[in-house]
Amino acid sequence: MHIEKLVSMANDIADFFNAESDKEIAAEGVKKHIQRSWDPRMRKAIVKYYQDSGEGLSPLAADAVKKLMEMG
Amino acid sequence: MSMTPEKDFGTPASPSTQMVNLEIDGFQVIAPAGTSVMRAAASIGIDIPKLCATDSIEPFGSCRLCVVEIKGGRGMPASCTTPIAEGMVVTTQNKKLADVRRGVMELYISDHPLDCLTCAANGDCELQDMAGAVGLREVRYNPAGENHLRAVKDESNPYFTFDPSKCIVCSRCVRACEETQGTFALTIDGRGFDSKVSPSQNQPFMDSECVSCGACVQACPTATLMEKSVIDHGVPEHAIVTTCAYCGVGCSFRAEMKGSQVIRMVPHKDGKANHGHSCVKGRFAFGYATHKDRITKPMIRKSIKDHWQEVSWEEAINYAASELKRIQAEHGKDAIGGITSSRCTNEETYLVQKLIRAGFGNNNVDTCARVCHSPTGYGLKQTFGESSGTQNFDSVMKADVIMVIGANPTDGHPVFGSLMKKRLRQGAKLIVVDPREIDLVRNSPHVKADYHLKLRPSTNVAIINAIAHVVVTENFVDEEFVKFRCDVGSFNKWRNFIADTRHAPEATESITGVPAADIRAAARLYAGAKNGAIYYGLGVTEHSQGSTMVIGIANLAMATGNLGREGVGVNPLRGQNNVQGSCDMGSFPHEYPGYRHVSDKATRELFEKDWGVKLQPEPGLRIPNMFDAASDGSFLGLYVEGEDIAQSDPDIQHVHHALRSMECVIVQDLFLNETAKFAHVFLPGSSFLEKNGTFTNAERRISPVRKVMPPLAGHEDWEITQMLSNALGYPMNYSHPSEIMDEIARLTPTFTGVSFEKIDQLGSIQWPCNEHAPQGTPTMHEETFMRDNGKGLFMLTEFVPTHEKVTQKFPLILTTGRILSQYNVGAQTRRTENNVWHAEDLLEIHPHDAEDRGINDRDWIGIKSRAGETVLRAKISERVQPGVVYTTFHFPESGANVITTDNSDWATNCPEYKVTAVQVAKVSHTSEWQQNYHAFSERQMELLAKE
Repeated sequence: MHIEKLVSMANDIADFFNAESDKEIAAEGVKKHIQRSWDPRMRKAIVKYYQDSGEGLSPLAADAVKKLMEMG
Repeated sequence: MSMTPEKDFGTPASPSTQMVNLEIDGFQVIAPAGTSVMRAAASIGIDIPKLCATDSIEPFGSCRLCVVEIKGGRGMPASCTTPIAEGMVVTTQNKKLADVRRGVMELYISDHPLDCLTCAANGDCELQDMAGAVGLREVRYNPAGENHLRAVKDESNPYFTFDPSKCIVCSRCVRACEETQGTFALTIDGRGFDSKVSPSQNQPFMDSECVSCGACVQACPTATLMEKSVIDHGVPEHAIVTTCAYCGVGCSFRAEMKGSQVIRMVPHKDGKANHGHSCVKGRFAFGYATHKDRITKPMIRKSIKDHWQEVSWEEAINYAASELKRIQAEHGKDAIGGITSSRCTNEETYLVQKLIRAGFGNNNVDTCARVCHSPTGYGLKQTFGESSGTQNFDSVMKADVIMVIGANPTDGHPVFGSLMKKRLRQGAKLIVVDPREIDLVRNSPHVKADYHLKLRPSTNVAIINAIAHVVVTENFVDEEFVKFRCDVGSFNKWRNFIADTRHAPEATESITGVPAADIRAAARLYAGAKNGAIYYGLGVTEHSQGSTMVIGIANLAMATGNLGREGVGVNPLRGQNNVQGSCDMGSFPHEYPGYRHVSDKATRELFEKDWGVKLQPEPGLRIPNMFDAASDGSFLGLYVEGEDIAQSDPDIQHVHHALRSMECVIVQDLFLNETAKFAHVFLPGSSFLEKNGTFTNAERRISPVRKVMPPLAGHEDWEITQMLSNALGYPMNYSHPSEIMDEIARLTPTFTGVSFEKIDQLGSIQWPCNEHAPQGTPTMHEETFMRDNGKGLFMLTEFVPTHEKVTQKFPLILTTGRILSQYNVGAQTRRTENNVWHAEDLLEIHPHDAEDRGINDRDWIGIKSRAGETVLRAKISERVQPGVVYTTFHFPESGANVITTDNSDWATNCPEYKVTAVQVAKVSHTSEWQQNYHAFSERQMELLAKE
């Protein structure tokens, strides 16, 4: 998958949930959205990218991907 | 099946619930107050002769054929204009009345050609019927006297003729154009003997404002306005009620037939979505079904560079199945997928997603709603708990303030547009939120928007937040509604969020370009209305914040209490005929039918048990993800039924690259469409006239689609999917689509009460239809929302600017839309006479922007974006604001989607079609893409020809 596009998609999702002032809730929202709407190969790719560098992911998106990673 | 004409009661039904008793010709009658004597009589089978009256329009009292006597009353009043009264005693037949009627008819016939035997309306003419009904036996007036018999016929319209020599000047056509359609294209010109029906200023129909909806033809009691198809082929001999395959209004039609040939499509009076009205597409543009471009033999080829080979159905299906199996064996089961379409029936769509989930063994299924209303599904599911609009169409007649956001109902949903205009003419207020001046703003007779919030494209969320800010800070919140119907915690959070001054109209003015005072006034108008209703379209959804905007609309409606009753609501105007249905049927990769997530164990087990196969708990690929995966080499096989992704999807060069990268593309369609040019298997599909099934329109109305002619290629589409499934080793054994609907009902809580039998019985059903609502649900969320706790959820909607930035290099914003006469990718309408209205896509540009660039009307101009470049002719127009250009997307060679980018909605990946930064400049030749497209397309047509 094109990782630049996945990063951009994750950031866009994070932009929506960023309105939530409690960042833990926001990150959970982003994670849940990715989990429920992304095909596993896309999730795997973004997690791997986060593990490699995560460059370009917004802080909230990065937090959410970290949560995804921790889920296994 | 018979050709029994629909009963005409002469005047419209009265909505009154108060009943009145009277006597007509000695019979006791009970009818609602306000009913005409004519209608009351018709209700007990007494048909009073009439010519100028018909029940689709208000009575006029002009022909005097319907005169009656009323005991104790004076003279002989017209029964069409006389309301019933308690104790009234009416006589409809006696010698005196008969003499008057014969005299009237004699006058009519004295100036009418006596060519009944060769007239196109022979056997279908009310004038002829009335001459018989009144017993006319002679005409005493001198036929050589002054008359209109030599009046010249107007044949300018491609679908119907206007023969004034046969006109009786009953004004039914004029009134239908006004009352039913709301176009006011016709009038009566002249006085007395010189009176005549005149399109516009005595112009041919095609030069007038006429929109060819057919309402005048439908209303005409003679052969004056007559379908050319009837003139050519004669009066039809049987009729079958079915549902239009164009827009999301889902009009009900009588397909009037001679054998298996459709002679005309007549809007069905009992159709609950359209009440006997139609538009130019549904009424007349059905010829594509038998167009010479139809492909009726299955075809296969190894490579898209090869000639197509016509093969048997068995060979084509087996080849397709073997290729899909090969790809899965070599690249894994997730390397293939499928796309269904809103042009398919519910049963077909259901079957495609079943094939993919159960037969392919993955969830890589998607539908074209991805590129139109997927944000509606997401946003309304989150807030209201159900992915659908809240009202029926008739609800608009009780709205006091109508807010139209990013929609163009008179072009995109014309029959509903006419109903909305009727309500606006009755006095409802109108707010239009749109970057472009749609017809409703000030180009529809007797309709004018109270506020046109002409925002900059991509700033919807800033506008809706500003409106909500006014509601919250000026105390327009319906506190009772919020307290009892909504999640109060989420509301309080939202209230704090939206009350922040960054959302104030004054703060957002610089973002939206809309004066703060206008936003405040519009917000007050909507929030202060007894009934405020919001209607929206793709101008809301097709943005990077499409889902946020849908949520913002839902927040606003909840905050103002505009939900749960008639006259209010959140109403997405769905694009294609079955967008709602295709989504309902589980064609998104993450949801089963009924919008239940694939990860939900209980739901998954329900389907596993019924389908006898293990199902995947993970979401599959969405359409754009499929393209990305194809380009990456991990997605190599695709089954596409009824969607033309190679024309309709954004950043089309990327789409074409993805299609070229696949090893097996199977297209099931009517024509060798743009996608089929990249295909390896072509399975010839059937049009809506050739199959049984159901469509679900924008108001959740499930309507019957009925086979009126045999499938030209031998199979209905559901049968083809079934054959493919069987060849893949997943058995399907349906013998009729009703069995598929029975399965849907069995597995989908909102459909448990739906069956073909009940649809036939009721005419149509609005889901949810189950044990709680056995007759269906016209208005959603009356008592509770559909969320688990029954409460509406408020969500925070921060405005986030689009990535698509205007720069010095790309200083203009391109936005896209529709036109009345063409439909989406145009595969259907381009193969009809509708091309006379719109033969090419044009680029609308404001005079200031045109002047800056030395562009004149009709000049060729190049439009360049970050994604690509194409060339269109210019149309100078003040409908667009400076800085914004606009085009339609109905012709593949226009390459509108060469320019659009892959930016998409954050939640659903719905493309941001409405916002593309571009530069335009005068050019002298077509773009490189267009030249390549032309060469590729020509080569593909050569490969279609037999070797």
